[in-house]
Amino acid sequence: MKWETVIGLEVHTQLATRSKIFSGSSTAFGAAPNTQASAVDVALPGVLPVLNKKAVECAIRFGLAVDATLNRVNVFDRKNYFYPDLPKGYQISQLARPIVEGGTLKIVVEGEERTIHLTRAHMEEDAGKSLHEDFHGMTGIDLNRAGTPLLEIVSEPEMRSSAEAVAYARALHTLVTWIGICDGNMQEGSFRVDANVSVRPVGQAEFGTRREIKNLNSFKFLQQAIDFEVRWQIETLEDGGRIEQATVLFDPDTGETRMMRSKEDAHDYRYFPDPDLLPVKLDEDWIEAVRAGLPELPAAMQARFQADYGVSAYDAAVLTGSRALADFFEAAARACGQGKLAANWVMGELSAALNKAELDIAQSPVSAAQLGTLIARIQDGTLSGKLAKQVFEGLWEGAGEVDAIIEARGLKQMSDSGELEKIVDDVLAANPKSVEEFRSGKEKAFNALVGQVMKASRGKANPAQVNELLKARLQ
Amino acid sequence: MPDASLSALAAQLAAKQVSSRELARQYLDRIAALNPAINAFITVDAEKTLLEAAAADARIAAGQAGPLTGVPIAHKDIFCTDGWRTTCGSKMLHNFVAPYDAHVIQRFKAAGMPSLGKTNMDEFAMGSSNETSYFGAVKNPWNTACVPGGSSGGAAACVAARMAPAATGTDTGGSIRQPAALCGITGLKPTYGLVSRYGMIAFASSLDQAGPMAPSAEDCALLLNVMTGFDPNDSTSLEREKEDYARDLDQPLTGLRVGLPREFFAEGLNSEVAAAVEAAVTELKKLGATTVEISLANSKLAIPVYYVLAPAEASSNLSRFDGVRYGYRAPDYASLDDMYCKTRAQGFGAEVKRRILIGAYVLSHGYYDAYYLQAQKIRRLIADDFNQAFKACDVILGPTAPGTAFKLGEKSDDPVEMYLNDLYTIPANLAGLPGMSLPCGFDGKGLPIGLQLVGNYFSEAKMLNVAHQYQRATDWHMRLPPQGEASGVRREG
Repeated sequence: MKWETVIGLEVHTQLATRSKIFSGSSTAFGAAPNTQASAVDVALPGVLPVLNKKAVECAIRFGLAVDATLNRVNVFDRKNYFYPDLPKGYQISQLARPIVEGGTLKIVVEGEERTIHLTRAHMEEDAGKSLHEDFHGMTGIDLNRAGTPLLEIVSEPEMRSSAEAVAYARALHTLVTWIGICDGNMQEGSFRVDANVSVRPVGQAEFGTRREIKNLNSFKFLQQAIDFEVRWQIETLEDGGRIEQATVLFDPDTGETRMMRSKEDAHDYRYFPDPDLLPVKLDEDWIEAVRAGLPELPAAMQARFQADYGVSAYDAAVLTGSRALADFFEAAARACGQGKLAANWVMGELSAALNKAELDIAQSPVSAAQLGTLIARIQDGTLSGKLAKQVFEGLWEGAGEVDAIIEARGLKQMSDSGELEKIVDDVLAANPKSVEEFRSGKEKAFNALVGQVMKASRGKANPAQVNELLKARLQ
Repeated sequence: MPDASLSALAAQLAAKQVSSRELARQYLDRIAALNPAINAFITVDAEKTLLEAAAADARIAAGQAGPLTGVPIAHKDIFCTDGWRTTCGSKMLHNFVAPYDAHVIQRFKAAGMPSLGKTNMDEFAMGSSNETSYFGAVKNPWNTACVPGGSSGGAAACVAARMAPAATGTDTGGSIRQPAALCGITGLKPTYGLVSRYGMIAFASSLDQAGPMAPSAEDCALLLNVMTGFDPNDSTSLEREKEDYARDLDQPLTGLRVGLPREFFAEGLNSEVAAAVEAAVTELKKLGATTVEISLANSKLAIPVYYVLAPAEASSNLSRFDGVRYGYRAPDYASLDDMYCKTRAQGFGAEVKRRILIGAYVLSHGYYDAYYLQAQKIRRLIADDFNQAFKACDVILGPTAPGTAFKLGEKSDDPVEMYLNDLYTIPANLAGLPGMSLPCGFDGKGLPIGLQLVGNYFSEAKMLNVAHQYQRATDWHMRLPPQGEASGVRREG
């Protein structure tokens, strides 16, 4: 039997606000336990929540960026359950009337573009952390994270492979960081993915029973977890078993998913509207002000890069992988007036060097202006591609500006044709065997001669000029 | 001195006839003498009170006194008070000392009014007799075999016995008005949102409202001036211009239209209470008022609606009492779940547990629509009835409670009978309207009878005007309960 995978993702994005969603405490990561927990965060008797307007603004930004419906009146509900790191005994979330409904996100998988529909996005508060190490059989509670604002973004079950799921998660990650509502730091838990996975026989209309994989904090784990889960579900079904609805955890060490709780253990959360908070009202002026403050979005920028700089759709997608990368590319392309060449350098030499050094584009030792100048020097014939790579190395090491490096290291391409003619003549005289071979029809021998000339010029000869001269001499 | 009004006390302080310390000392002495029999206070700390009084004296000496600076007041033990124990009448918080002041407490501190202590109350404000307190029942000063009403029973009893010139209370379904009626004092529950709930331990958030309790309407007006005001820490606090609630006290009642809801004078009302309320209506007519019969047809559903909504909110509000961060924790437990179960089983009393169970039930999957949503719809209908009624009248008048103070233990085994005590008070909470109770007579056993006024939103000044004019024409609010040998206090009336 052939099986089809069905995946929907729920992504918790931590909103980039300075203070918590219902209190004035800082949201900064990494402080000593409980130093960022106020009376409200600790849920002392009598305290009340006050909504952080900035968190709402982030949610509006997101809704506008995915072209969703913004509910002009949306409501906070209480989700009731007991856990030591949930101080109030309930989480403030949005159930029946979330702030964002609908919306779409475009993804590209294997060169093909797909549109994934969003179900909703709602605001909620994060819980604290339970610390099980270092407490000798007891549990420590750190409430620094309690009350951190989250936007939970829920997709429709429209993805059909782990690759699509990863592409969606990446596109979402790009978008939320792009519009500045999330720092995107997955190690610190700013972007956490839950994957609802089911399988069904190809052609069957109704969905199979899903299992939810909780808290995946890297794209690699997302892919591995889904792949394992799909294999496990298919094997289970093919062995005549049944899939029970459940919540599972992915263990990166074994690469397997394991049961956390079954449907029978599922809580009855007793949701009801939080009487401490008024319904959130979004007025048109506010929405328009937020819209006016939105940057150019990745999709629009991709289209513009193709039109303005002549780059391919694929390159445009890669170059808009983050706003910093896109801005870098555009600055370099403008500086040299060579879009395609700039794209090649950014995606090639620069990306490779950054990856090797484990640096982010924002930390690049080579600036966009420098890269632009470098490309301009290739364009005006000062540098060959090979020499340019040497200059790039100089830039990377911080040896100075492009022209200074060329000067100091003598990397200028040979422009005096008399000098080059002499070298060509010397090479031809010294390699009669190659000349003979070429004349008897061996094309390879020509390349050997080019190589000898380049070597003799210590790489500074213009390869096109060398070709030309050699051909003229040998005919 | 003990039966002086707040404005009289303030005048004596201003004229340096008495210091705040002397005044506080007198009330503390009275508490020491009377409280063992009445049990109106959970926590008294003379040292703290006298320090606050000394600070008030310094303000008065420096010429920086406000209208009530130096006048002491007692606070219901539901308000968090920095440095004072705040128990909410529960074992769960028997050892809890808040690190912050409730907004209401901040306001009284800013006004320079020393705290005389924390008054007893039904556990987590759940009760109409003050018998559910972990710290023991409060006795009614008019007859110590009777309950003072609840949940602000300690507040009402301490004011009735003049252990404090005034007190703060909170009212979720009648918890200011019903004990005020049963103890023969005046109490006002303001429009929902007028007084900040920040720092007031939540029972049912959409109904809870703090208000003043004192001998007279005039006193309540002065206290309301202190308590009200926008608070950015409470999202349900209303941003309104500050008003002087005493401004209309002396206005004549000529042309006042008093609405008499026929449902409030129907079956279930004690005949002596009915007679006293009707006599009050006659008195108001003499003062220039006219009456009009109105109908609050849906108010008969108020109790069932209330006992869905209030427990629903309470079941969630009380989840934070889990033994993890503060308050009571069971000494022995085998696991996390066991810790929760034992802590909450041992820390909460029977009535609190009953309401948590009811609340969890009505919110649970499959019952939410039938109970919680349905109750919310009826709540709207009840509010609509009032809106309609206020087209025909300026203030609604009726009994505060169906009877007078009942015997301790008389209703504690029958929750439904107990719940019926709030029949007339709950509708105002559900609608968010202001309501007040004032004394209007005594029954054959010498127990006080309360008269209730319900006004339109933000009509507190008008209600206080009506009450004040009534109190100028009558002396029910001046009567003092018998104090036995302990008091040595003059008894009027």
